[in-house]
Amino acid sequence: MAEGRVVGIDLGTTNSLVAYMEGDKPVVIPGVDGSNLVPSVVALDPMPAGGGRPTVTVGNSARKALIERPERVIYSVKRLMGRGLSEVESESKWFPFRLADDVEAGEVPRIQLGELRFTPPEISAYILRQLKRNAERFFGVPVTQAVITVPAYFNDAQRQATKDAGRMAGLEVLRLVNEPTAAALAYGLDRAKQGTIAVYDLGGGTFDISILKLRDGIFEVQSTNGDTHLGGDDVDNLLLAVALDEIHSEHGVDLRAHAGAVQALRKAAIDAKVQLSTQTVAQFDIELPNGDRYQREIPREVFENLIEPVLDRTVGPCKQAMLDAGVIPEQIDEVVLVGGSTRIPAVRQLVDDVFHLSARGKRPQVELNPDEVVALGAAVQADILAGTSKTTEEMLLLDVTPLSLGIEQLGGTVARIIERNSTIPASATEHFTTGVDGQTNVAIHVVQGERELAADCRSLARFDLKGIPPMSAGLPRIEVRFLIDADGILQVSAREQRSGTSAHIEVKPTYGLTDDQVESMILDSFDHAEEDFMKRLLIEARNEADTILAAVERGPENPAWSHLSENERAAIGGARDHLAQVKTGDDLQFIREATVALDQATRHFAELLMEAAVSSAIRGKTMETAGEELGDEVSAPHPMAPAEFK
Amino acid sequence: MLKVLDSAVPVACWSCSIAHNDSTLFCPHCSKIQPPPGADFFTVFGLNPHLNLDPASLEKEFYRLSRRVHPDRFARAAQNEKEWSLADTALLNDAYRTLNDPITRTEYLLKLHGAEIGEEHSGKDRRTGKMGASRFPADLLEEVFELNMQLEEMRMEHKRGEEDPALKQSLSEARKKFEGLRDAVDQDLYGQWNAWDSGDEAARHAAQKTMVALLDRRRYLSNLVRDVTEALEGKEGATIFTQRGR
Repeated sequence: MAEGRVVGIDLGTTNSLVAYMEGDKPVVIPGVDGSNLVPSVVALDPMPAGGGRPTVTVGNSARKALIERPERVIYSVKRLMGRGLSEVESESKWFPFRLADDVEAGEVPRIQLGELRFTPPEISAYILRQLKRNAERFFGVPVTQAVITVPAYFNDAQRQATKDAGRMAGLEVLRLVNEPTAAALAYGLDRAKQGTIAVYDLGGGTFDISILKLRDGIFEVQSTNGDTHLGGDDVDNLLLAVALDEIHSEHGVDLRAHAGAVQALRKAAIDAKVQLSTQTVAQFDIELPNGDRYQREIPREVFENLIEPVLDRTVGPCKQAMLDAGVIPEQIDEVVLVGGSTRIPAVRQLVDDVFHLSARGKRPQVELNPDEVVALGAAVQADILAGTSKTTEEMLLLDVTPLSLGIEQLGGTVARIIERNSTIPASATEHFTTGVDGQTNVAIHVVQGERELAADCRSLARFDLKGIPPMSAGLPRIEVRFLIDADGILQVSAREQRSGTSAHIEVKPTYGLTDDQVESMILDSFDHAEEDFMKRLLIEARNEADTILAAVERGPENPAWSHLSENERAAIGGARDHLAQVKTGDDLQFIREATVALDQATRHFAELLMEAAVSSAIRGKTMETAGEELGDEVSAPHPMAPAEFK
Repeated sequence: MLKVLDSAVPVACWSCSIAHNDSTLFCPHCSKIQPPPGADFFTVFGLNPHLNLDPASLEKEFYRLSRRVHPDRFARAAQNEKEWSLADTALLNDAYRTLNDPITRTEYLLKLHGAEIGEEHSGKDRRTGKMGASRFPADLLEEVFELNMQLEEMRMEHKRGEEDPALKQSLSEARKKFEGLRDAVDQDLYGQWNAWDSGDEAARHAAQKTMVALLDRRRYLSNLVRDVTEALEGKEGATIFTQRGR
C-alpha cells in the first residue's frame, strides 16, 4: 500500500476510541489492556528522582492516579478546548483544574499539572498519541493520518484547537467530522437507508442534535443545533452537590477542600447514576475520612426530578433544529441515540416525547453501542477519504456549519455573511473600503453566533487588511473572501481591486495558538521517523517476550504443570530457549515468531490453567477478585478511580 | 463578480491544455477538476436560465456533482486539486442554495439581468454604510405605524417584566396578517415566472419590473414578521426600519 491506513478517532470528553474499517465493517481497536475505551484522562507521574521530565500516562492507568495525586491528573479537558481564560475559570468550580495564574487575557489558558503546565490541545495530544500507538501496535505499521470527530456545535476555535492537538500528536488530520453525523454514517452503512433521521447525541460534556436526509448514499445534514456545555458531567455534578451538602450538614465535614475525596465521591455519584439506568433505586454508601459513613438511598424518581432541568435544556435545540430543517416530528423517520447519557431512561422518554415516537409506533435506534458508534462512523469517513474501498465509494457526507458567520458593523451590530446550517464548504465575498483619506489598513472583526450584537456573539478573529495603497476615502475596493472549509474552519483571503495589489491579512484569532506555538508543542518523544518506530516495536516485542518467558518460568510451580506430557514439556523448553536466544537480537520478525511459537507450545498448559481457574471460581473464590479487577479495567463507564478513602 | 450569461471566456485546461469555455467544474476532455468557473450558477448546473425549474432534478444534479467535486474525494490529491475542490464545492453549494429557494433564485436571475434589488449587504461598501434605498410600501403606512407603537409598548413591558395578553394577542394577529401578505406576494411573484421565462422582449421587461417591486415589498414584509416574532419572544434590539435580509 502506497499510503498507510486512515483511522477514525472519537476524542471524547470522558472516553476516547480509535477505529478502522476491516473490510466492509468498522471495528474499534482495543488497547493493550483489551479495553475499547481509553478514558480521556492524562496524569503526570511523580518527578523522577534523578531529575528530568516526569512521564505522562493516559487512560486507565492515569485514572488510578486521580485519588492518590489529583493535582497531577486532568480529565474532561475537551471542555476547555478552544476557550478563553474567562470561560475556563467558570468551569474550574467543578473540576480540580489548576490554571496557571500568570497567563495574559488573550492567551490560551495553561493547566498546571505538578511542576509543569500544558495547554488544552497538548493534553488532548497525549490522548491522541495513545490512540495512535494502540492503532500502530494493532497494525504493526506507523499510522499518520486520521479523521477526528468533534461536537457538531463546536465553534471555529474549538475545531482549530482539536486540529492543533492532532498535529501535536503527529497525526495529519484529514478531516474533522461532526459526531452526530459520524453516528449517522455508522447507522447508514449496512442498510440502504432513505429518509429523514435525527441524531440525538448526549455525551459526557456536550449535546448535539442533527437532522439528516439520506438518499442514495448521500448523507445531507439539514440542520444542527446543540450546547457544547451540557452532558453527563452536569448530571454527575448535581448528584455530587447533593452528597457534599448532606455530608456537610449531617456529618459536619466539608469535603469540598479535599480534591481526592471529592473525586471518590464523584465516582460514587457516577456509579449511582449508572445503576439508576437499570434499577429503580441506588445507594450511596461511603466511609468518610473521620470514620463516619454517609449512607443514602436515591430512588429513580428523586434522581429524575433532580436532573429534569438539565435534560430540559436539550428540548430547545431539538425544536430549533426541526424548525431550521423545515420538518415536524412526524416527518422524522428515525431517531438515533448516541452518547453514554442516552442510557438514562428519562432521556429516552424525553426523546420519545419530543419526536412523538411511541405515538407513531416507533422506538429510538439503539442497536449500536452508544459509546462506540461515533468512532465507528469516524472509521467509515476515514474509509471514504482513503478512497480505496468499494463499500464506501458511493457514500458522501454533506455537512453544515452550526453557527452563522458575521462581521461587526459600525455601531456594534452584526452583518451575517454565512447563515447557520449552510452546507460546507461555504463561501462569501465582501467588499470593504476606507473611511479616511490615505488610510492604508482596515480592521475587520469576525464573529460567530446568532445574536444581533457582536458583543453577544463569539469573537472569532480580528483581521487587519494592511498595505492598501493610499487613496481618497471610499475609493479603495478591497475584496475579502471568507471560506468555511469542510472541517468547519474559517479561511480568509483578500485583494485590493483597484490597484490589483493583494492586501496582506494578519489573522489574529481571539483564542488560539499560533503556528509557531503549535510547532513548539509537538510532543517531543515523537515517533515520526521509521527508525524510531521500528525501535519502539522492537522494545514492545521484547516486553511481550519477557512476559511470556516469565510466565513459563513460573509454570512448574503450578499443579497443572504435572498434567502435561513429557513431550509437551520438552516442546515448551525448546521454544522457551529459542525465544530467550532470539530476544537478544534485533530482528523484530524473529522475536515475534518465537513468541508465537512459545505461545502455541504452551496452549495446552494455558487451557489447563483456565480449567483450574473456572473450577475454583465455582467454589466461589477467585471469581470475586477477578470480577473486581475486570470492573476496574474493562469498559470503564467513567475515568474515575474506585470510591475508597485511604 | 457575476458575469453575463454568454460571456464565458475560453480557458485552457491546466492538465491537458485543451481549451474549454470556463463554465465547467471538470475538463470535458480529460475530466480533471478545474479552478472555479466564471460562469453563472445556472450554467454550473447545466440549466437554462429559467425561473421555473424542477427541484427534484436540481437536487439530483447537485448530488451527482457533489460526489465528484467534494473535498472528501480529494483528501489525498495534490495541493492544487485539493484547493480547487474546496473552492468548486463552495461555489456548488452556494449555487444550489441560491437556486433551490424560489425567492433567492428569482433575485439572482434578475440581478444577472441587471436588476437592482435592495441588497442585504454583499457588494455594499461597509465603511460608508450605504444601505439599499428603502422603498416604503405606502398602502401599509397606517398598519406599520400602529404596529410600531405596539412593538414599542411590548418592549417597555418586557423591560418592566410585565406581560399584557391582549397586546400579545394583537401582535400575533398582526404577524399572521403580514405573513398572509407575504405569501400573497410570493404567489404574485410566481405568476410572473412564465412571462419572464418564455415571453417576448416587452413581456420580459414588464415582468422584471413587476418582480423587482414585489421582491422589495416582500423584503419589507419579512422584516416586519421577523421583528414581531422577536418582540413576542422577548428578544432585544428589534428595529423595524432597518433593512436586513429578506
